[in-house]
Amino acid sequence: MAHFAKPAEGSWTEHYPELGTGPVNYEDSISPAWYERERDAIFTRTWLSIGRVEQLPRVGSYFTKEIHAARTSIVVVRAADGSLRAFHNMCRHRGNKLVWQDFPREETSGTCRQFTCKYHGWRYDLEGQLTFIQQESEFFDVDKADYPLVGVQVDVWAGFIFVNLDAGNTTSLREFLAELGAGLEDYPFDKMTQVTTYRAEIASNWKLFIDAFMEFYHAPVLHMKQAVSEESSKLASFGYEGLHYEIKGPHGMISSWGGMSPPKDLSMVKPVERALRSGLFGPWDAPDIGELPPGVNPSQSRVWGEDSFLFFPNFMVLIWKPNWYLTYHYWPTSHNTHTFECSLGFVPPRNARERLAQELAASTFKEYSLQDGNTLEATQTALESRVVTEFPLCDQEIMIRHLHKAVRDAVLAHEGRASETPVRVGSRPSSTAARA
Amino acid sequence: MSIRTANTTMLPFEFADLEPFADWALPLEGQRYAKRLTSSMDELQAFYDAAFPRIDDAVAYLDRYPLNALPVDASRLLWLYCSLVTVTFPIEVWHQPNVPDAGASSIDCVVEFPS
Ligand code: FES
Repeated sequence: MAHFAKPAEGSWTEHYPELGTGPVNYEDSISPAWYERERDAIFTRTWLSIGRVEQLPRVGSYFTKEIHAARTSIVVVRAADGSLRAFHNMCRHRGNKLVWQDFPREETSGTCRQFTCKYHGWRYDLEGQLTFIQQESEFFDVDKADYPLVGVQVDVWAGFIFVNLDAGNTTSLREFLAELGAGLEDYPFDKMTQVTTYRAEIASNWKLFIDAFMEFYHAPVLHMKQAVSEESSKLASFGYEGLHYEIKGPHGMISSWGGMSPPKDLSMVKPVERALRSGLFGPWDAPDIGELPPGVNPSQSRVWGEDSFLFFPNFMVLIWKPNWYLTYHYWPTSHNTHTFECSLGFVPPRNARERLAQELAASTFKEYSLQDGNTLEATQTALESRVVTEFPLCDQEIMIRHLHKAVRDAVLAHEGRASETPVRVGSRPSSTAARA
Repeated sequence: MSIRTANTTMLPFEFADLEPFADWALPLEGQRYAKRLTSSMDELQAFYDAAFPRIDDAVAYLDRYPLNALPVDASRLLWLYCSLVTVTFPIEVWHQPNVPDAGASSIDCVVEFPS
């Protein structure tokens, strides 16, 4: 029995008929060969979110980003004219990694006037031009102008820095993020500079962890022990229903209710939550951030609590009613491993009470993510047995259907076979074919 | 002469009762979490039982200062209460120091809140 209205078709899933309603196959999350196709079709050709403008406050500020799935490292820098530039992090002399500290595989950041290669001392300015060659006269007809750093397309949306590694890309970032991006762009992320970031190595395919965060059907069950018992049995008996689901191209969003900030009945939450007025949904006393942009709480529900946006392929933004945000990034490192990054952003606390309330919210998320991450390892190993290859999905799991389809569509489109092989991830006909 | 001097106490005078737990006054989340994982439930319980009842006193004390200009001993008090947050899950929810069903998974703080 639905507590919230569904589309006229009777379900969110049928509102998007291309998704089908049949069982789904997760071969795309256990096959090393498929992962290679994703690397080629998606991670080297799609706009990828790699950081925030606040990380580059002044001319010469830079950070590096390892993009394992694209087998490259990127350095982003604020150039002399104030604009952002991104380059492959590689020296033109003999290919040494240009910017790193202590550990070549680890990311770094800082401020500099120019980049100097650790190997033979070649130098590059903040625009990527080669400005100095050690013992230049020893070289044969080398013109410095011919050896700039290899540039990468870079653009900024709502203060988030994106790169696209495809030199031939002709889709602008805004065009790519389309309606869902436009609806969220005016959210005041720039006011929420109190940021903390967590990172974990997860033993699952990157899509399986996104799946876990793009449905809340699991929440009342997996996280039972997080709430005090009366609260958790109440949550479990309600189950979960989204307020609104929206799919635009490869991107999607879920809008959720959330009546826990503050909760109606204070006796139902943990003692520390009462003491610090904070918890799972964030601090109960929200800072004033002005009006929310139109993309947030799209159904204009009075019981709205949170929106989860997935910007294809691997960037999630969560907007919470108490005026804070969270991002997730899922960086694949193989077909069955990925690096998970979670950042929480708050308006800077004005006093110790607010500081501790934010600490509690961050701490709560850490506890959740640990449970989720380990559950995913269990899912990955079971799927890899291929004992069962087809799995049903309920209407509240629509975004899982959508993500796996969007990935498959992107791979097949890139390989130029989209027209020959109709993509029907969720449909019975394709499942039958896969079995045969 | 008093035994307690500015050099021998870590926390503000008003929180002398929490001095035995001053080793929880750790500036980084990673340090606080590591200490939680290597503590016994008895140790976590003793810290919780001492610090939790004084949470309102601590917040009221800290709010006398701008957050970005806390004296050193007050900063330690704030870190100690950040640690209290870290141990509330073992005490109030899990009944064990680590997250159930989390196995060997770990999640590490790579960017700390500015403090
Ligand atoms: S590889 Fe960079 S200067 Fe030689």
